[in-house]
Amino acid sequence: MGINVKKGLRSVGFPLLSILVALFLGGIILALMGYDVGAAYASQFKGAFGDANAIGETMVQMVPLIFCALSYAVAYRCGLINLGAEGQLYIGAILGALVGARVQGLPPAAHILLCLVAGFVGGGLMGCLVGALKTRFGASELITTIMLNYIAMEFVAWCVNNVPFKDLTPGAAPRMPAVLASARLPIILPGTRLHLGIVLAVVGIAGYYFFMWRTTRGYEMRVIGMNQNAGRYSGMNIRANSVLAMTIAGGYAGLAGVTQIIGLQFFLTEGFSNNFGFSGIAVALLGSCHPVGIGVSAILFGALNAGGNKMQLLASVPAASIYMIQGMIILFAISRELFLWFGKGGGRVLALARRPAKDGGGA
Amino acid sequence: MEFVTNFLTADIRTATPLLLAALGLVFSERAGIVNIGTEGIMLIGALLGSVGAHVFAAPFMGALFAVLGGALAGYVFAFFTVTLRGNQIVVGTAFNIFALGLTTTLNRLLLAGVKSIPGYRTLAVPGLSRLPALGPILFRWSLPVYLAFLLAPLCWFALYKTNTGLKIRGVGEHPKASDTLGINVFRVRYGVLIFAGMMAGLAGSFVSMGQASTFIENMVAGKGFMAVAVCVFGNYSPLGVMLAALLFGATDALKYRLLPVVGGGYSQFLNMLPYVITVLALCVFAKRSNKPAASGVAYRKE
Repeated sequence: MGINVKKGLRSVGFPLLSILVALFLGGIILALMGYDVGAAYASQFKGAFGDANAIGETMVQMVPLIFCALSYAVAYRCGLINLGAEGQLYIGAILGALVGARVQGLPPAAHILLCLVAGFVGGGLMGCLVGALKTRFGASELITTIMLNYIAMEFVAWCVNNVPFKDLTPGAAPRMPAVLASARLPIILPGTRLHLGIVLAVVGIAGYYFFMWRTTRGYEMRVIGMNQNAGRYSGMNIRANSVLAMTIAGGYAGLAGVTQIIGLQFFLTEGFSNNFGFSGIAVALLGSCHPVGIGVSAILFGALNAGGNKMQLLASVPAASIYMIQGMIILFAISRELFLWFGKGGGRVLALARRPAKDGGGA
Repeated sequence: MEFVTNFLTADIRTATPLLLAALGLVFSERAGIVNIGTEGIMLIGALLGSVGAHVFAAPFMGALFAVLGGALAGYVFAFFTVTLRGNQIVVGTAFNIFALGLTTTLNRLLLAGVKSIPGYRTLAVPGLSRLPALGPILFRWSLPVYLAFLLAPLCWFALYKTNTGLKIRGVGEHPKASDTLGINVFRVRYGVLIFAGMMAGLAGSFVSMGQASTFIENMVAGKGFMAVAVCVFGNYSPLGVMLAALLFGATDALKYRLLPVVGGGYSQFLNMLPYVITVLALCVFAKRSNKPAASGVAYRKE
């Protein structure tokens, strides 16, 4: 037990350390750019945790981040890299927005459920396509997912600008029609924008845990993810599992899109995703693709997003600057060796890199 | 005739940044490093190019800034993936997110209100540029374009006909064997990543100073990822990469020719073409591949 506690502390310790280092370095960069770092971080904190509204905003931001992180995590557990959450999110949002606006006469619970299913299916189809291209033709999912992101974004641009999908209300900006009242997620914290999506996201995390650690399928995926050959020799179907994992991964990202539409925006517009697909990867990595880890790191990234908007408003530091901090958090979170390197004297690692060079050539 | 001329010039213009970045990637991929951070490094190059050109009112300074910035980014990438053995995909993703934040913030700080910067100047080759048809297609370009297409055969020579090239390919195929032969795996990988960073930086500067007239937020818009795809499609060979980049450029050039045919309402589907071609190309060419055996695997010295 003693060992476990120690191990648990360490697993929290490194991410925490990487966040602090990233915030510190981010502060230095902002200071070099001539911004007031104190004011920036103060408004950041205020925007994330300052009052009920701020906490609501943080949790609003957490919803798509959690779903996108789960999307990355499901694929990762099966040994696949899903960089396509952004595109899957958009396609899920399109289907969800269509169902939300076009299907009439349903009671709210049924309508919401139908929208969620549509979102899952939309994202899932995109994921399934990636899985099929990978297993059938050997096309690396690294590139196909990214290319599909751009294809999806172009498709969104087409949908919001053209019949039959665009909003025909006179004078409306390029967007899809509003989802009906019966499809909208209820607000769960009065006076804020916090909607039921956060509950759905937590259910999503529970579903991820249950599927991956409590079902045979999930077990097979994890075996394949750890060692594909071990999976193959014990008779597991690598192809079927890969395609299924990518489908579920896409489905989760689709849920990120649809909850954003029916919980927050009600209209689908171009570029509504605040880089959630990629920030979700950061959330998953910082949380080691562990259910609890994802939840905890989503709080942090949600706070960064919510605070970033406030920072732009109060300290006039561009909200995009938080991407610098996000990027550094990932870098430091995965490079535990960096801290060991600083801790135990970088000399040893450096000595390896600096072997006696007799060859003289190098590159 | 004019149609062909226009088409090919549009093709070359689009192909240039892809080719520049992909030529660098050929070396780093051949040494066993997967670098999807190219997107972010190109974005940094695009911004630094604009800033350098704007501040010193000289496109050459922009290019210098972009190449040096790319080299530094390549060095940092190498530190995280080679020395600290971080997962290359994850480090690349982190680079891209970081670069998006850095360039957006710096752009608002340094280039606010700047409508256009001194871009790359066209250098017509005396005499030859007057040739009918061939002149405008081949001899009326800015420096990065000449450089890209001259470097392709040079890179081919370096990779296949020199000792250094052999070492690079060896490190990618079998790092341990290379190490046993006295090749410094770490140094080779640092070297190729710095080179790839410089090329990506230059490629980025061509996006902001050659194709456009100033920096726009997130303007690289997938060209870095496409360069990675060009590298795979070109089968990790400099000459193959040149053909692949031209093919990608052709789809883009085709887009503008097809626009009047399909009508403005479907322009978004034409915009999808390069991405769709990339996916199809990957499917067709994934099987026969020069992809190195140790691709994506960090080397741990025992």
